[in-house]
Amino acid sequence: MSFASICVIIACLIIMGSFALLALNVNSIIKTLESENQILAYVDENLSESEARALQSQIEQVANVKSAQFVSRDDAMKSFVSTYDDQSLFDGLDSSVLRHRYIIYLDDIAKMADTQQALVNVQGIAKVSAHLEIGRGFVRVRNIVSAVSLVLVIILFVISLFIMSNTIKLTTFERRDEIAIMKMVGATSGFIRWPFVIEGLILGSIGSLSAYLIQWGVYKLVSDDVIAASGLSFVKALPFATIAAPMLGAFLAVGLGVGIIGSLVAIRNYLKV
Amino acid sequence: MVQFTDVFKSYENGTKALKGVNFQIADGEFVFIVGPSGSGKTTVIKLITGEIAPTDGTVNINGFDLGTIKFSKLPYLRRTLGVVFQDFRLIEDKTVYENVAFAMRVVGSSNKEIRRRVPYVLELVGLDTRMHRRPQELSGGEQQRVAIARALVNNPSIIIADEPTGNLDPARSLEIMLLLEKINELGTTVLVVTHEKGLVNSFSKRVIAIDGGRVISDGMDGYYNYETK
Repeated sequence: MSFASICVIIACLIIMGSFALLALNVNSIIKTLESENQILAYVDENLSESEARALQSQIEQVANVKSAQFVSRDDAMKSFVSTYDDQSLFDGLDSSVLRHRYIIYLDDIAKMADTQQALVNVQGIAKVSAHLEIGRGFVRVRNIVSAVSLVLVIILFVISLFIMSNTIKLTTFERRDEIAIMKMVGATSGFIRWPFVIEGLILGSIGSLSAYLIQWGVYKLVSDDVIAASGLSFVKALPFATIAAPMLGAFLAVGLGVGIIGSLVAIRNYLKV
Repeated sequence: MVQFTDVFKSYENGTKALKGVNFQIADGEFVFIVGPSGSGKTTVIKLITGEIAPTDGTVNINGFDLGTIKFSKLPYLRRTLGVVFQDFRLIEDKTVYENVAFAMRVVGSSNKEIRRRVPYVLELVGLDTRMHRRPQELSGGEQQRVAIARALVNNPSIIIADEPTGNLDPARSLEIMLLLEKINELGTTVLVVTHEKGLVNSFSKRVIAIDGGRVISDGMDGYYNYETK
């Protein structure tokens, strides 16, 4: 039964850890995308370059704007032409066909729509272009992953607690005569309780350390495969080293917590008399 | 000292187990508590050991008020008592020595104290040559002696024996009673709960008879003359 208990703890911790890692990675990718996801604010074509540059401070004061980078029409033209192999196609094309613009980076991608509306209201800005659907998609994915992870963590914690408690209950049941004699001769509740708590701690420790090592191996394998399969430049797995210590702490906390709480619940009835 | 003053005990199912029980047992006494099944004898024992609390009245054991005692203090009350049961309640996978030593270990005695005291107590009950046997290798009478040794090893002021001869033949029963008498002569208060009339009448001890939750008689004449209605 102890072996079964350890296996259940390992399984639960690995599932919890996997979803937690997924949530962390999704958050990390979204943060990367947030930093790359831009709003383009086009300046009114009637403003000169110096007047356009003067808008920067106003733009940066808009809520949720992290930074704004001015791009003159000349720079915009150069950037546009450089994307083509045969740049001679654009000889003679005047940059005045383009507008001065600002590339704007946001703090929170979830507020993209509000920020777009606020930027439109800045005097001198003619048009604001934002990929709202992409932004909303990122936020939706993040919220779903976070919610599912949280629910799973809670459910799995309760399951682990239940299994651990039953394991210790079996042990206490087997030793019920001994416990009754201990109470009869004057053993304190703490004296009776501690061997079972120690047992729970040991089972929890073994389970959490084993789960941690397995999780490490699985993450390494899966993250390498996922990155290779995605082909997307922004999909990068967090290095395990950056989360190793907090993950170990979390696993130990859960494992030991399950061990202690499970054993306390199991022994409780035997201490009432 | 054991003192019951107007003690009432009702259980959750409505059973009125004790209805105004009064008695006092002084230090060093040997007392039989007798009565038929369902009379309330077991309830008296449970009250003395702190397993239950009185519904009304006062139960005072060695200075502990069982009506108001905190749960955390119960172990310290029980260390002043030694309890012997009809079914011995020995730990099968421990030897005689370990069964008795166990009682000292759980109250924090040192190994030195255990090595000194356990052999003495086993010699007192006549089992010094059987120290390394396990309970299943002993007769019923010998197992009960081990139980008595365990009850005695922490030097309690009161030994409570609940039907100690219930599983024994008459010869072994008499041996056990003589052993308890010997322990009493050394200064320990002894309470023996039993329904065995013949055994009680063999000894000239105080007899408290209980029936229907009440004390029917309390006499020093040492005679169990109470008849079941």
